[in-house]
Amino acid sequence: MPDKSSAGNAASALTLRAVVEEFLYHEAALLDAWRLDEWLALFTADGRYLVPTTDLPDGDPQKDLVFIDDDMVRLRARVERLKSRHGHREYPSSRTRRFISNVRIKVEDGDFVVTSSFLVYRFRLGEASPYVGWYEHTLKRVDGELKIHHRKAVLDQEALSEHGAVSIIL
Amino acid sequence: MMFDPRNLIIDNPNEGVFRVHRSAMTSLEILQMEQERIFNQCWLYLCHESEVEEPGDYRRRNVAGRPLFFIRGSDGKLRVFLNTCTHRGALICRHDHGRADVLQCFYHAWSFNNQGDLVGVPDEAGYPDSFDRAKMGLKSPPRVESYRGFVFVSFNPQVEELMTYLAGARDYLDLIVDQAEKGMRIVPGSNRYSIKANWKLLVENSLDGYHVRPTHKTYFEYVNSLGVNTSGVQTAFSRPAVVLGNGHAVEEHDGIRGRPIARWSPLFGEENKEEIAAIRAGLVRKFGEQKARHMADISRNLLVYPNLLIIDSIDITVRIFWPIAPDLMDVTAWQLAPREEKRELLARRLDNFLTFHGPGGFATPDDVEAIESCQAGYKAEGVEWSELSRGMHRQAIAEDELQLRAFWRQWFGHLSGVGKVETNDPVIRQKAALAR
Repeated sequence: MPDKSSAGNAASALTLRAVVEEFLYHEAALLDAWRLDEWLALFTADGRYLVPTTDLPDGDPQKDLVFIDDDMVRLRARVERLKSRHGHREYPSSRTRRFISNVRIKVEDGDFVVTSSFLVYRFRLGEASPYVGWYEHTLKRVDGELKIHHRKAVLDQEALSEHGAVSIIL
Repeated sequence: MMFDPRNLIIDNPNEGVFRVHRSAMTSLEILQMEQERIFNQCWLYLCHESEVEEPGDYRRRNVAGRPLFFIRGSDGKLRVFLNTCTHRGALICRHDHGRADVLQCFYHAWSFNNQGDLVGVPDEAGYPDSFDRAKMGLKSPPRVESYRGFVFVSFNPQVEELMTYLAGARDYLDLIVDQAEKGMRIVPGSNRYSIKANWKLLVENSLDGYHVRPTHKTYFEYVNSLGVNTSGVQTAFSRPAVVLGNGHAVEEHDGIRGRPIARWSPLFGEENKEEIAAIRAGLVRKFGEQKARHMADISRNLLVYPNLLIIDSIDITVRIFWPIAPDLMDVTAWQLAPREEKRELLARRLDNFLTFHGPGGFATPDDVEAIESCQAGYKAEGVEWSELSRGMHRQAIAEDELQLRAFWRQWFGHLSGVGKVETNDPVIRQKAALAR
């Protein structure tokens, strides 16, 4: 029989898991609904969004080629582009549905480093192809709220075969 | 009935008509002809020498659908092999890249050293006397040659020397490679994606200055927001179109967004201003003001016929693409950078690559959309011809379609069995004749 304090720890771990999972689901829902401005607001002011290439999943954007390496200026520009009728790859915009599972949470220096598996389906002009991979979210508490400090989407696919691009936010 | 490729292009300079029949992009029969008459005949880009630096380093890669691998031998020499065991055919190299002294076929454990010699056959005594291990080494493609670090192969033993084949494209490869002090290298990581369109549409798109302003509006808005003055884009594509012979061509334009070598813009950050000025001064010292200006101020999209694109602009993209089906191609893109490039400048170069030329960027996805849209439009069938006569009545400029015509003329020369053809517009040919 566990003692009271470990039961308390278990309970708070469960609460943390519920909070983090809810955060990830909320993020996915915003993206699937194309509520991109609200999604942007989930980031810290120094947030980053990274997608490495399929052949170099550990790629460092300072010295290796990656698909996406956005600071908040570029991420905001990406969102503006996705909302524009001149962002041709996503105009008309695709339908997406994100499935997130296998959530693991580590606490590092008071931040939460959350890894999860994703399956992001994108449907457009008769195409239906999933992006498969895993996320690493580094979440910080800012004024009592969770914010995304660092968000990495690593693809398991060997190439962007069917997709031709990473035109949505993964 | 055999398809007659002679009806695929209408090229009538007197009346200013240049049209390509859209079946060139949709017919499986034409794709098969391209395989025989272009991809089995021409020089084809395989790799850059820097991709295998150390003895034993290898990478595998498909060229025109054929599995190949290249490996640096213990003797320091780069060799290219067909990726198939000389015994019963299994792939020898089964990792995308790695390092090995010996490559062993997993099927029957035949072993080859990194120079391709067969060095191990289990129970060799089981073979008759006629079996000669020395003759069973890995096979290379019929021809392998390189120019300034770019390695090409040909499956045609009679193909002309690479130097001759490259024709005017050589000067432009020099112009790019000479920007580096200590040679160029491929940066780790590649962009691999597919486009649901005929491969020739990516040739067209990559040489086409005409689409840049309308298609890439959001990209220019983005760089504008970073402080780049993009007003020059209105005239950036007014330089004369350049045709380089043998189907090669280059589309040159003012480097208004800046260049890592060597024209500073806000895309390169204050931290690199001095470095870029120093690189520029070095080029002027080495090559003189005029050539340095050509190297450092002008950007260029170079086609090495049939399917190698080197885009030397805000970064240097090396892009190769292979037809998989009439309406599908596989694309791979890399970044080329000087070996000596400082970390800060390299970071900005990579940044520029991924904001424009990467499949997660603000421009290339729209090019993918555009050519997929063309391919989808062909299904309407009622419009048989595509129109490519832009600039045919004048000294063509970069945003005309002369570069595209040059490609198509050589393509047509190959498909119709004529071989090498003159690829320039006749008016320019006449002017060149007068100048002589």
